[in-house]
Amino acid sequence: MEQVEQKLLEVTIRRGGPDESKDEVFRVPAQENQTILDVVSWIQQYSDPTLTYRFACRVGMCGSCAMMVNGEPRWTCRTHVKKVLDGDKVHIAPLRNLPVIKDLAVDMDPFFDKWVAAEGKHHPTQTRNDPIQQIDPESAERSEANAGIECINCSVCYAACDTVAGSPDYLGPAALQRAWTLFNDTKNENQQAILDAVSGTGGCHNCHSMGSCTHYCPNELNPLAAIAGLKRETASSFFKRRKNA
Amino acid sequence: MKRPPRSHPLWLAFVVHRLSGVALALFLPAHFWVLSMALTQPERLDGFLQFAENPMVKLAEFGLVFLLSVHIFGGLRLLALEFLPWSNRQKTLAAGAVCLSLFVSGTFFLQAI
Amino acid sequence: MLDLRLYLAQRISAMVMVPLVLGHIAVMIYAIQGGLSTAEILSRTQGSVFWFLFYGIFVIAVSIHAAIGLRVVAHEWFRMSGFWLHALTWSVCLVLLFMGARAVSAVTML
Repeated sequence: MEQVEQKLLEVTIRRGGPDESKDEVFRVPAQENQTILDVVSWIQQYSDPTLTYRFACRVGMCGSCAMMVNGEPRWTCRTHVKKVLDGDKVHIAPLRNLPVIKDLAVDMDPFFDKWVAAEGKHHPTQTRNDPIQQIDPESAERSEANAGIECINCSVCYAACDTVAGSPDYLGPAALQRAWTLFNDTKNENQQAILDAVSGTGGCHNCHSMGSCTHYCPNELNPLAAIAGLKRETASSFFKRRKNA
Repeated sequence: MKRPPRSHPLWLAFVVHRLSGVALALFLPAHFWVLSMALTQPERLDGFLQFAENPMVKLAEFGLVFLLSVHIFGGLRLLALEFLPWSNRQKTLAAGAVCLSLFVSGTFFLQAI
Repeated sequence: MLDLRLYLAQRISAMVMVPLVLGHIAVMIYAIQGGLSTAEILSRTQGSVFWFLFYGIFVIAVSIHAAIGLRVVAHEWFRMSGFWLHALTWSVCLVLLFMGARAVSAVTML
């Protein structure tokens, strides 16, 4: 009978809990078409059922499967093994900058808490008795807002950002981008509340424009530009208020 | 500082800007102290300036001027990014900033030797 | 670690320094022609109100700028915070201000 040599991948996974972690190596059969999510699923199904990880849609829409692959934050369902293989090796770790619950699953609470803290929300004054406000989709503000609304909170940008890594208070690119989209929404009646929320010690002014957020965003959004916009608006609001005071 | 294995241009620009800033900040007190000798110990300052004719010192001065040029042109790039509504010309600007600073420090070096 | 005020202080001190740095580099390139000596420096700067103001403003701006810059680095790369971070920021600012003022007076006083 013909001996077919099955090529094996050497997959190192960072396992453990919040207090300690260590790398564990698995040998996984290589396939012609294989994503990192396939690899992680194979390990959990055939090698070690105690491996913990997250996924949902597995087609690149939900962002649940985000992990560090060879040190870079990616959606594992959209990462072909061949693209990231180093010889026959690959290293998988939980998302950076978030507390680890177990193995590859991280606690997303800090990310969502900052999302809320950046005040990216509506402050309406109209009631149901008022006519619906007309928004021109081509207008400058709406275009500016639209550039950021496809964010699905996957946390890849948050994991990529070195400023988040160095400064635990920093709200982060996703939360700030969301704040910017609401700032540019002309239905929002309290833009100053947004500006104040992003002007604290964890605010937009910590951004060093290193652009890892934009570089890694799987939806090709541009938090870097959104944060630059917030810097502009907070600065000009500061001087306008000084003038009017 | 954990450095993930990536090196996109904007990130490199950030690291260069930060390191040049720290180096300049550390250099400044020495610079001020030497200059203040003009008042208190002018002969010692002259001695130092003579010593500074040494090519190795000139090389170090070139390095300093390079750091200063890199920091200021990187800073101008940042100010443009933040306060002018520009978009994807950042990589070009980053490269241009380094080029210009090399040019300026090159001039310094050429005049120096 | 930067809020709006520190950020503005940083950016504004930077903008103030742009023409000053360019001027300084230009002066350096000119001055080192044919060697440098204390007498040569002083002949240009001593008693000059212009150079006093030029370098005086430069020193004030750089003290603010460097102090805030080092503050950020200390926080992000060395995990400093609270009292020590405050202490570092102020000491850097005051040390540079004091030493810079001495240097400026050394070359501009009559």
